[in-house]
Amino acid sequence: MIDHQTQTKPPIISAEDLCIFYGNFRAVKNVDMKIVPNQITAIIGPSGCGKSTVLRSFNRMNDFIPNCHVTGKITFHGHNIYDEDVDPVQVRQKIGMVFQKPNPFPKSIFDNVAWGLKINGMKGDLSEPVEQALKQAALWDEVKDHLKKSGLSLSGGQQQRLCIARALAVKPDIILMDEPCSALDPIATLKIEDLMRELSKDYTIIIVTHNMQQAARASDYTAFFTMDSDRAGVMVEYGETSHIFTNPQDKRTEDYITGRYG
Amino acid sequence: MEELHSVPAWKETLVTRIIQICGYSSILFVILILYFLLSEGLPALWKADLNSLFSTRWYPTESYFGIWPLIFGSLFVTLGAGLVSVPLGIGTAVYISEVAPSWTKEILKPLVELLAGLPSVVLGFLGIQVLVPFMRRFFDLPTGLTALSGAILLGMISIPTMVSVAEDALNTVPKSYREASMALGATRWQTIWGVTLPAAKSGVITAVLLGMGRAMGETMAVMMVTGNAPVMPQGLQTIILPIRTMTATIASEMGEVAAGSVHYSVLFLIGIILFIISLVVNVVAFTLTSRKTTRSERLLS
Repeated sequence: MIDHQTQTKPPIISAEDLCIFYGNFRAVKNVDMKIVPNQITAIIGPSGCGKSTVLRSFNRMNDFIPNCHVTGKITFHGHNIYDEDVDPVQVRQKIGMVFQKPNPFPKSIFDNVAWGLKINGMKGDLSEPVEQALKQAALWDEVKDHLKKSGLSLSGGQQQRLCIARALAVKPDIILMDEPCSALDPIATLKIEDLMRELSKDYTIIIVTHNMQQAARASDYTAFFTMDSDRAGVMVEYGETSHIFTNPQDKRTEDYITGRYG
Repeated sequence: MEELHSVPAWKETLVTRIIQICGYSSILFVILILYFLLSEGLPALWKADLNSLFSTRWYPTESYFGIWPLIFGSLFVTLGAGLVSVPLGIGTAVYISEVAPSWTKEILKPLVELLAGLPSVVLGFLGIQVLVPFMRRFFDLPTGLTALSGAILLGMISIPTMVSVAEDALNTVPKSYREASMALGATRWQTIWGVTLPAAKSGVITAVLLGMGRAMGETMAVMMVTGNAPVMPQGLQTIILPIRTMTATIASEMGEVAAGSVHYSVLFLIGIILFIISLVVNVVAFTLTSRKTTRSERLLS
């Protein structure tokens, strides 16, 4: 299922036999996925197939959902992040997340970015790292003259880039993006996609998207998820984006990407 | 076409009128109360000697009407109550809203609401039977009826109000703020202190003010445990001495005073002062909650 090129580079994070349960219901079934470093990996699939659930399991954001538990392994830097001795707070410092709806804090632009630095114990003048993060998120030029303004005063696209800057400031290895453009207009969407391309030089990005064009345009690898007969999410196919979109191996993938799904 | 069945116009008018009268009458009552308060209380300003009014001695039988000890008594006890109730109340609200598992929440929330409705005289009993003897023994005092007893008891009384309002404020903070903070690798405590509480700031301040307002207006319980000695607070030792609040003064003396006398008017004047203080607290609380939110904030929350 995973083509030869994927396996040549050692994965930065990988899921092995990952199952995710909500109570007794198995929402995601037996996912095996190796994420290639410094690449953009897209997860696509119909609604309810567990894309976001899988994404959130990569930095243990599922911990906050009552009754949610995980079996199998997610290996990051040689550790299973679900081991007893792993601190989920440290996992999240290394694996950041950008959400579907832009969610800046009701604080100033500066404080939004500085917050992550402060909780990591950084003290003194934070203007340097804040500026750097805002530059990386391609937002600096638009906000440098009013850093004291509320983060909520920005437009939707700017807010989303602020959220990206906020995630970048803590210097994660991986950034998880959960449909980051679904609340944005096409121009803001393109800006975020350009930004992702730029960021993939330094970071590994995993993005969940509803938008197949976005996956085709912006990602290097694509994983296609769907629901099986038990309504559990399964990974059907995973490989280089160009292969998945031009030469899908599975009938279900082909149906989905050609719009014949359902 | 079948004719539409319509309500006769006079019925509509009647209902509208009745509702109108209800609305206007409640406004009218408030205005009448205010008028009564002012007409009975303001004459005190010229009937009693002003020098006497703003002196520090309250001894009405010999025409000493110094209201400072009473005002300070009230402020002293209320601020003391605040020192007890703010940390405990906000702490409880944070626990219920942010930390407690849902089954605990289900139990604690109604319990707090129940406590808020407890008659204060019942708490006064508790104060007399438990708190006051404890104070006397603990500080080795001639009497346990002290300002501190009053402050602690009032603190207890204002906690439920505070918890209930503050908890509501914390609940309105969007979940996405907490998620964003946790996803940055913040601990739960860092998220509460750095994101959730600041986002609920105006509601939490309102909770504090409403709780303090409750403490300021409380009469029965405070009368039962503070000893009711109208003396000026002097230094720190005042906390373990008897004190008297404005509310307790009105409640205990109004029954024995001749209508229309100077003493009578002064008691009403104290009522006016209480009214002004609670009005200020309420206005501040109101402006804070109805603080103008920006359009984007409204959209996002």
